Amino acid sequence: MAELLEFEAPIDILLKEIEALSMLPSTDDRNREISRLEARIDAIRGDLYRSLTAWQRVQVARHPARPTTLDYVERLFTDFVELHGDRRFADDNAIVAGMADYKGTGVLVVGHQKGSDTKQKIFRNFGYARPEGYRKALRLMQLAEKFRRPVICFVDTPAAYPGIESEERGVAEAIALNLREMAVLDVPIIIVVHGEGGSGGALGIAVGDRVLMHEFAMYSVIPPEGCAAILWRDAKKKVEAAEALKITAPDLLGLGIIDEIVAEPVGGAHTDPAQAAALLDVALDRALRQVQEMDSDARLEARYGKFRAIGLIGIEGADE
Amino acid sequence: MAWFKKARKPLPSPQKVSRVPEGLWEKCPGCEAILYTKDLVANHQVCDKCGHHFRLGAVERLSLLFDGGTWHELAPALRSNDPLRFTDTKPYAERLRKTIASTGRNDAVIVGSGRIGGRDAVVASMDYSFIGGSMGVVVGEKITRGIEHAIAHRAGVVIVSCSGGARMMEGALSLMQMAKISAALARLDRERLPYISLLTDPTTGGVTASYAMLGDLNIAEPGALIGFAGPRVIEQTIRQKLPEGFQRAEFLLERGMLDLVVDRREQQAVIARALRFLHT
Repeated sequence: MAELLEFEAPIDILLKEIEALSMLPSTDDRNREISRLEARIDAIRGDLYRSLTAWQRVQVARHPARPTTLDYVERLFTDFVELHGDRRFADDNAIVAGMADYKGTGVLVVGHQKGSDTKQKIFRNFGYARPEGYRKALRLMQLAEKFRRPVICFVDTPAAYPGIESEERGVAEAIALNLREMAVLDVPIIIVVHGEGGSGGALGIAVGDRVLMHEFAMYSVIPPEGCAAILWRDAKKKVEAAEALKITAPDLLGLGIIDEIVAEPVGGAHTDPAQAAALLDVALDRALRQVQEMDSDARLEARYGKFRAIGLIGIEGADE
Repeated sequence: MAWFKKARKPLPSPQKVSRVPEGLWEKCPGCEAILYTKDLVANHQVCDKCGHHFRLGAVERLSLLFDGGTWHELAPALRSNDPLRFTDTKPYAERLRKTIASTGRNDAVIVGSGRIGGRDAVVASMDYSFIGGSMGVVVGEKITRGIEHAIAHRAGVVIVSCSGGARMMEGALSLMQMAKISAALARLDRERLPYISLLTDPTTGGVTASYAMLGDLNIAEPGALIGFAGPRVIEQTIRQKLPEGFQRAEFLLERGMLDLVVDRREQQAVIARALRFLHT
């Protein structure tokens, strides 16, 4: 059982009751009681996850047991071979990339990797990528373009790494160049925002033909804590900030920022990673087929038009 | 019983009449010299003692860059309609209304078309006085239209950045303007039309991580703060003070991120020179 979040406290109480009952000698009565409690847990979880607040979704998106990019890679692709380095400075472990097969087609996979245990998390710098990561991603995406392979990007990062070396080596330039070049990269690009879409650090590998987003993922211009600290001058207002920023998948679908919501198992992807992967598989396969059917000019025109239109919803006073 | 029946009225404080009319003099933060405001304006907001660059408004900037100080403004009427219905300590709609009233501007960028050194150019100039020069949907749309206008008319593009980054009050819509403008710049790039990015104090966040760093030439003003993460965020991450001069234009020049650092008084000439080389 994955670690429970604070809003899942009612489930925790029932789990403890089940645990207590299981320690007593098994009788028909007790077993019936246990099944009754288990059914109750499923019902409560279903209710909770049907009406999560924005801040609760942030917590689910950041859940320590949430499937990582490599968890999805392992389940969805075959013959994955990771490729390393930006040929400039270093290999960034917070972004992984490599060759893979998807239903018989060669694809390039790129994604932020957060790591699952403490050692891995440190190795992956908690998914905070440095300039090298974005440059590696672009190098390999251009390789995919050269050899006509579609690109699939997995987005899950708190932010680009805000450290001295990031600035010195031009993290802003690295992200900017990716935005420009991904806009015109002449192969299909599918984006999957499956965890945290942390501002520019996320967008740096998130320009494409279709943007899919997991049901409980988040995608934001700034972390709610940071927004609260700046606009409310109080980091504790993160709950209000999360709500105001409109960072949930349904909100972003309504604003025209994403194209499709990928359903998750009840209780979030971390409660059943295999089912989460199976649900993504269906959406990914469909999106990739749709985009692959388009000829190159139409696809690039549609990609431009898609980003070109974002924000018009928020403008009045159209002139000329 | 009180000793005195009559309560004393407090003495009226002498009226504070400054003998110096407001805004006649300005103190330079660079060298602490007291500068006559009229001189400062004539000098394009540059201290003639130490060369400190004060912030320059968008209108003054366009006047400085375009030949004869004349241009035609593109899409001036666009305004944000507060798409998220955002409220923090006060409603964003109110903040917008007040800023529009106090600045007389509809948003944080002015886009003009005109000539620089005799060549057709579109210049987008950001204005820090409008919510910190933040980039939201209107900034994104106006700059994109400016770039598309340049492509249609085979003109060069100059974008003058002066911004704290994306506008939080428009959420992920602001974030996406980075992709939108960069996509337009990709088309400009493939059309072999020149783009000069002029980075002024401050240029940070999503503005730096998109169009500000994508110039065929990246030119900065002396002393400008330029970075992705703000200095405070970095200090919190690394838990130590940042070295002097970190994220300043001269630091970025040394690290290879800029082509040039140019004094404001020479920018028009340098940009005209560059366009003559790039605009073939």
